Amino acid sequence: MSARIGVVLFPGTNCEHDAVEAIRSLGGEAEILWHGDASLHGVDAVIVPGGFAHGDYLRPGAIARFSPVMASVAELAAAGGPVLGICNGFQVLTEAGLLPGALQKNAGLKFLCTTVTLRVETTRSVLTSEATVGQELQIPINHFEGNFTCSPETLAELRSEDRVVVRYVDNPNGSVDDIAGICSRGRNVVGLMPHPERAISDLLGSADGVPLLGSLLAAAAVSA
Amino acid sequence: MTSTYDVRVDVTLRAGIADPQGATIERSLPHLGFDGVTGVGVGKTIRFTLTSADEATARAEVEDMCSRFLTNPVIEDAEVTVTEVAGATA
Repeated sequence: MSARIGVVLFPGTNCEHDAVEAIRSLGGEAEILWHGDASLHGVDAVIVPGGFAHGDYLRPGAIARFSPVMASVAELAAAGGPVLGICNGFQVLTEAGLLPGALQKNAGLKFLCTTVTLRVETTRSVLTSEATVGQELQIPINHFEGNFTCSPETLAELRSEDRVVVRYVDNPNGSVDDIAGICSRGRNVVGLMPHPERAISDLLGSADGVPLLGSLLAAAAVSA
Repeated sequence: MTSTYDVRVDVTLRAGIADPQGATIERSLPHLGFDGVTGVGVGKTIRFTLTSADEATARAEVEDMCSRFLTNPVIEDAEVTVTEVAGATA
């Protein structure tokens, strides 16, 4: 049985179909989970996709974290289930306290829409188990608030616990320590600003998102 | 009996947290001929009216709003000002 991935849809989310399509193209099952429904419908893993959940009002993710589905996502995360936040989804997971730190406006206050080179820093995460350390990946970014920030203590913890999952080779947004993505202490919750679901075919300019989402599917199959 | 309060929440970035908006403004000012400006910080103000039993209750309620919703305590601090609206006691 293939792994079933739930893709959360808030009002204002706009990357849910890309995520569903990416998962299906890699042989997984995917379904949309409405934010107002507390049930995860038995999925094995959850993707919180990109967009502007609840209009990003107040702060990105500030309102989304109170949606009924988020309590269930937190339960899944606490039980060790794979949870991936992409872009706005990463912002939602930090606001929800499932990942440390916060995402600030980009240095230079520019909305960035380009393809960046990421370096895989650890394979001990649900996003990178099928990648290799040091591997460089071409993945698109598309954000205004992707400037990762955290306290010096949190940064030291992320580094010493090997929880920086991917770094920018050429930092585009001012993120502390070039951080593009991090994972939870349990390594099953990952958030990153770049969009692996937009890099799953050479026709899209890059297929480098395949090992990342392939890792997620593998982790989901284990918890299935 | 309740009273009505004007509430003002000033949200600022915590010390040591990067302030991209402040940095951009600081870099721009010299180009407009304003020299000598340093330490620019950008925050926001949230204002509302709150009806509550007394000032201490109102303040506690606003502090709770701040920690759970109005600010992100990871990067932001809040300064709360509560002022009773004269003649609005119900």
